[in-house]
Formats: sequence, C-alpha cells, structure tokens
Amino acid sequence: MDGKVLEILKKNAMLIILVLVYVFFIIMTKGGMFEPLNFNALITQNAYVFVLATGMLMCMLTGGNIDLSCGSFVCFLGAIGGILMTVKQMSPGASIAIMLLVGVIYGCVLGFLIAYVNVPPWIATLAGYLAFRGWGTALLASASTTGSISFAAQKTFLNIFSGKLFSTPVGEFNIPCFVAGIVCCVIVVLVNVVSRATKLKKGYEAESMVSLIVKSVLSIVAIMLFAVKLAMAGGIPTVLVWVIVIVLVYSFITSKTTAGRYFYTIGGNAEATRLSGVDTKLIMFLAYLNMAVLTAVTTFIVTTRFQAANSTAGTNFEMDAIAACVVGGVSAYGGSGNIFGMVIGATLIGVINLGMSLTGVDANWQKIVKGVVLLAAVVFDIIAAKKNATK
Amino acid sequence: MAKILLEMKNITKTFPGVKALDNVNFQVEEGEIHALVGENGAGKSTLMNVLSGIYPYGSYEGDIVYDGEVCQFQTIKDSEGKGIVIIHQELALVPQMSIGENMFLGNERGKKNAINWNETYGEADKYLKMVGLSESSRVLIKDIGTGKQQLVEIAKALAKNAKLLILDEPTSSLNETDSKALLDLMLEFKKKGMTMIIITHKLNEVVYVADKITVVRDGSTVETMNCHEMKIDEDRIIRGMVGREITDRFPKRTDVTIGDINMEIKEWSVFHPIYTDRKVVDNVNFNVRKGEVVGIYGLMGAGRTELAMSIFGKSYGSYTMGFLMLNGKQTVLKSPREAINAGIAYVTEDRKGNGLVLSNPIRVNTSLANMKGVSKNGIIDTDKEYAVAVEYKEKLRTKAPTVEQNVGNLSGGNQQKVLLAKWMYTDPEILILDEPTRGIDVGAKYEIYCIINDLVKAGKSVVMISSELPEVIGMSDRIYIMNEGKFVGEMKAEEATQENIMACILQSAGGGEPK
Repeated sequence: MDGKVLEILKKNAMLIILVLVYVFFIIMTKGGMFEPLNFNALITQNAYVFVLATGMLMCMLTGGNIDLSCGSFVCFLGAIGGILMTVKQMSPGASIAIMLLVGVIYGCVLGFLIAYVNVPPWIATLAGYLAFRGWGTALLASASTTGSISFAAQKTFLNIFSGKLFSTPVGEFNIPCFVAGIVCCVIVVLVNVVSRATKLKKGYEAESMVSLIVKSVLSIVAIMLFAVKLAMAGGIPTVLVWVIVIVLVYSFITSKTTAGRYFYTIGGNAEATRLSGVDTKLIMFLAYLNMAVLTAVTTFIVTTRFQAANSTAGTNFEMDAIAACVVGGVSAYGGSGNIFGMVIGATLIGVINLGMSLTGVDANWQKIVKGVVLLAAVVFDIIAAKKNATK
Repeated sequence: MAKILLEMKNITKTFPGVKALDNVNFQVEEGEIHALVGENGAGKSTLMNVLSGIYPYGSYEGDIVYDGEVCQFQTIKDSEGKGIVIIHQELALVPQMSIGENMFLGNERGKKNAINWNETYGEADKYLKMVGLSESSRVLIKDIGTGKQQLVEIAKALAKNAKLLILDEPTSSLNETDSKALLDLMLEFKKKGMTMIIITHKLNEVVYVADKITVVRDGSTVETMNCHEMKIDEDRIIRGMVGREITDRFPKRTDVTIGDINMEIKEWSVFHPIYTDRKVVDNVNFNVRKGEVVGIYGLMGAGRTELAMSIFGKSYGSYTMGFLMLNGKQTVLKSPREAINAGIAYVTEDRKGNGLVLSNPIRVNTSLANMKGVSKNGIIDTDKEYAVAVEYKEKLRTKAPTVEQNVGNLSGGNQQKVLLAKWMYTDPEILILDEPTRGIDVGAKYEIYCIINDLVKAGKSVVMISSELPEVIGMSDRIYIMNEGKFVGEMKAEEATQENIMACILQSAGGGEPK
C-alpha cells in the first residue's frame, strides 16, 4: 500500500508541487492570491504561455527542437496588425485573416528551411529572433511617432480575444460562469466514468474505484473553485475559452492521431520512423508551421490584452514557453512529454510569476527564482528517470 | 599448475526484484585465454562489471581475489590501477580525435596540466606496432575501419599496463578477416604472458582461441571446460549454454513449395550518398521466388545493406540504376512508403540505430510501419492497436510482461522479435532480413529461424543477408555471394560449403590489394 501511495505521489509530483507553491503564496500574500481578481489575472496574464508552449511542445517532441523566434514574431505580427487596423482602418476580420496568412507564410518558410534544407532549428529561429524584433520595431517607428500603436478603438477585436463572456460588474455573482463550471464538472466526471467502464468491459486494466472517486472529487473542487472565483471577477475571460479549446484539440492530436504519434516516434528514433514509411520531413515541416500559427494566435491574445502593439511585446516569450514545457516534463531530447504536463508546468510558472509580483519581489530576483525552478525541474526529472532505470 | 590470477568467490548481485548473479565462482589462471559463454542475459556482462568496479564494492556479495589479495574496487580507475582492463562491445572512441589522443584519453602523457604531444604520439606509435597496426597515431579514428578501431582499443588497453584484458564481444562488428586477425593477436599476447577473458557469441572463435571455457546460465556458472583435457566442439558448448541437447541448430522446412519469381533485380547499381562517383553496388542481378529463402552472403562492407536499402524505396545512395520487377512487372519505388505499399519489408541489421524506437512501448513499435491498419481517418483505434501488439507478441513469443513495456528494456532477442513483428504486420510479400540474428543467443536464433520458416510456408519470399556462413548455408534454398559491391557467385544450398563460398570471394578479389 505504501508503495502504491508513493507511486501516485511520484507520478503527480509536479501537480503536488504546484499546489504547495500556490498555498505558499496564499500564505505569503495573506490571502491576496486567493482573491477573485487574481484568479482572473492568473489566466489572462499567462494565456500566452499555454498557447505558445503547446506549439513548442510539438517542436520539442520531434527531438528537442525549439523555436527561438516566436517572441520576436509576436512583436512583428502585432505591428502589422496595428498598421492594418488602426492606421489603415481595415476591418478586424480582414486584419486577422491577413495576420494569420503572414503567420502561415513564415511557418512555411521556417518549416521548409528546417525540414528540407536541414538548417538546425535553433539557428534558423535565432535568425528570426533577431530579424523580427528589428523589423517589428522599425515598422512601429515608421507608422507612429510613439513607437506604439493603440488598439483601443477596435472593440470587436478586443472582445474576441480579451473580453468576458456574459460580463457582469466585478463583485456581482456571474450566473453563466457558475453554470459553465457545473457543466465542465459533469463532463469531466462523465468522461472519467465512461472511460473506466469501457476499459472494464473490454477487460483492460482500469483504475480502481477509489482512484476514480478521488480524481473526480479533486477535479470538481478545482473547477468549481475557478468557476466561483471567476464568477466574482466578472465572468469567463474569452481567452480562457481559447486556451481550453487549443489544449483539448492538441491533447487529442498528440494522443489519438497517427500524425501525433509520429511526432513522438521521430523524437525517439527519426531514422527508424523514416524507414517505417513515415514522411519525417513533412512532420518536421508541420511542427514549425503549427508553431507559427499558434504564435499568430498568441499575438491576438497579447495585443488585445495590452490594447496596443509595441516594440517590447513578446520579449522572452520563447523562453517562457520552453520553460513551461521542460518544467512540465517534456523531454529536452524529444520523444516524450504530454499536454497535461505542459499545462501544469505553464500554470506553475504563472503562479510563481503572479505570486512574486503580489509579494513585491524585485523583478531581478523573479528571474533568478525562475531560473532555479527550471533547473530544479530538469534535475528532478533526470534523477527520477535514473531511479526508474535502476529499478 | 599455473598460478591463479583471479578468483571470484560466491559472487551474488541482486537488482531490485532480480538476482542477476547467484553465488558465482570463477577462476582464471595466469597466462590463459578464458572464454565466458552464455545466452543473452545469462549474467556474463554483469559479472565483468562487478570485476571492473562498475558495480562498486558493497553493491554485491562475495569476494574478488586478484593476484593474491582481496580487492574492493570502487570505480573503474581502481581496477585499471591493478591492471584489469575491460574493452566494451561498443567502442568507446571519439571519432573526431586522432588515434593517439584517444589512446591516452584520461591517461594523458606529460605534466599535470600540459600534455606532451611528442611523448603521446611517440608512445602511441609504439603500442600500435604491438597490435600490428601500421597507421600513424595522428590519423583520426573516423578515417580507419571498424577492425582497426578495435585494435586501437586493444592498444589503448595495453597503454594502461593491462595484465588481465577483458574483451566483451570484440568481433561482433568485424568481418571474418579482421576477426581472425584479432584472434591471432590474442594468441600472440598469450605467448607473451598476458591473461585474457573473452566474452563472445561466436562459438567457432571460442574453440579457436580458448584454453578454458566457463558457461554462465541464469546467473550461475554451470561448468568450466578445459580445452586441453578434452576435445570441445561447438555442439558441446551449446549443450552447456542452453542446458539441453539441440539436435539441429536450423529447424527443418517441410511442405514448402517454391513458386514463381516474386521479385527480380536487374543491372542494379547504387552510388555512395556523399562520394557520388563511387559505386557501392555494382551491376547486381538476382531474383527470389515465392516460398523461397535466398541467402546473400558477404563480408561487412561488401555492399549488402546498401543493396537492400536501395531496393527498399531508395533509402540509401545518391543515385540508383537498374530495374526492379515485382511479380514480373517493372516498378519504381521512390520512398520507403512506396516500398511498403508494394509489399516489401526491410528488417534492418541495426535494430537500435534505425529499427526500433527504444523509448516507446512494444505496442507503438509494432504498429509504426502500418498505422493505417490500426487507425481510421488518421485517428488511432487504441483497442485495435493493443490487440494487434498482443497478437504478435504471442505469435512470436516475445518475452515481456505486457505490450506497454518499453522496447529499450528488452533483451536483444526480444527486440529482434518486436522488429520482426513490426514488419510482419505490414503484411509484406517479400521480407529482406539484414543480419536477423546478430548479437542474439542460440535459443532466440532458433526461434527466429522458425519464424522465417513459417513465413515462406505462407508463400512469402525471404531474402536473408548474413555474414555467418553456417546460418546462410543452414537456412537458404539458394545463396548469392557478394564481394566489393558485386555478386560473385550463386549456388544451391546443397552445393554450398564454407570452403567453396570463401573460394568464390577469394577468386573474385583477384589477388588485388586487400582493403
């Protein structure tokens, strides 16, 4: 029994660390971290990490490949959006379409260079990292005297990505948000129960009843906590819907589709995968095309949150995305890792960010703490892997 | 009686859940060549790791008495200090460095903080001469062949003042000529008083060099045979290894009818991917019929793998010429996918390098080459995938607790079975098996042969590439002999003997400079 408990603890180590860190910051902020507005902030401030880290995960799976250019590309694409919408007065729909198109073009070029010309990913994207920051800044400087373009007038654009569903004033209880929480709980519990039932029916190994109940209760507590807090903070942020949809879609792709499977096997052994008749170059191409598209989505989220495009937008985003993946257990060598882990990793980094800001930790110290957390996560992973190997 | 140089007494080594070594006793006399044989996973390597300090003192029970004193090695450095040097199966050389640099890696010549390069290369050359290498020690490792690299490893060991040399599968990646040279070198060292332990699967080599043979089975030493007291042959050793009589190393094929030509290759030439003017495969013609096992024998570097991979959707080479006929119809296969769809499977010789995804479970590896079979519109049917993996695991008798076991944790023989399962699941008409039994033990070999027999019984064609003569002769219906990119002979299995196959190769070399 002790062994089993230990096993469960080990398997969910990051989740437990996340909860502990969260509780630590609640105590440090004397409950401030527990306020509805900070729940809201946790989501809106970190939405970009979830989206970018999803793209980064797909790249990293193929063999520890990363994209250093995504942060700079956010700046560049933001500048283009600003020029289209605010300066040229184009409609939000057309602007969004053009921005997506630019993202797709960049993804194709990058994917082509990496997959078919064999440019090492970190060099190809380092070039983008340098160039797009410069290009973006130059565009902004030429279009505006302040070096920043405001989106304040683009109400539709702002609402789609950074608005609230069924918005109510802060402090008033938002009924639709609460109902959505209940619906989510029902879905989660149903999925768990049905999955266990089918497994039992087909005679596969399934989790025990106790584990099912514990898991369901914990999920309900977590979801309802968010639902109630968000209901007090004015409703469901639209960005949360975007994040949930993206996470679910990619969770499905990585675990249930043949294409998703190939991302893993290429990271495990690219040559074996190629000789098994898989077009490995196409998969590499898709990884970077996908990354660029998600970077475009990130641009929408970030520019609407700040209601402006400016030259510092997206700074260090690539590092946050990589860190979220690595802390979430995605192998730096490729071949292993999943969306669930990445979500935990991204949340942990978000909680640390927010917690330190609320406790008034100096910005420089925040960076030091993040660096240490990243290193600790990797060391922990390596030691855990070693322990398993000698078993 | 000569002095006992090494005695390992009652060695027991347990890993959590497994007793890898159980009360092992092992003695080596000074100046002898002692062969350690046993099936994969029997405990040979574990025993040698205990001896060399890789598993430090305290992690095992029992005593190591070396040169009259009880030793407690904590690290490899400790055992090397005493003159016990182990040469591992996987060569531990840095390709981009010179022979001399490699030889003294971690053992540098000169002052504490400054390497004396003259001394390094001077001494290196001296040791190279001892192992019969004429290369300068300034040549880079990547520029010499595997056979010579193995000799460099031995020279490196000599440079450490080895008194007891342990060679773990030294010839597994060498061709026959290089193997023979290495074994002769061992015999020469013996004359000079060196003591050696050799671990190998190649029993003809054991018979050739060993003074004594110790058989390890299931973590215990079963017996030690003295080759000078009685006549030891390969069958005698096999009996000791598997613990029973194997009457026939190659299972008989019954009720197989050989049908029409299934695949034919005509005027096939392949060029090197980097040096594009070099022909690696030169004007090869061959065919294989339904229900037939065709053996392709050749030494390493003869171009066999290159031939196979070029047929398999041009997965090797810069430019391929020639005609490929499947069922009498001329076909061009431009990628592995096209080859698989056309019914060809290529089972690689390098199962770890380009055969299996070691970090993934058996289930994933089994379905990898035929994901269409377990998916619909790109969405995986997890139940079906699981069922397929279980089916093949049972069919091929792969030993693993479940199909969720990672392939990296399996033994060589079981990995080979997973690799075969992957290709059998693509339902091929023609299987090209490249060294299907390399590095796996006698029992597993026999099972692989049975699988091959089942395949041809079902009307499939098998092309078996091998550098083990007995295997080629024992398993094939027809044999092609390959040397330096060309096919230099074809014979029926009944006519084939080791002598006339080797004669074919020697004649074709035409007395030219051996490479």
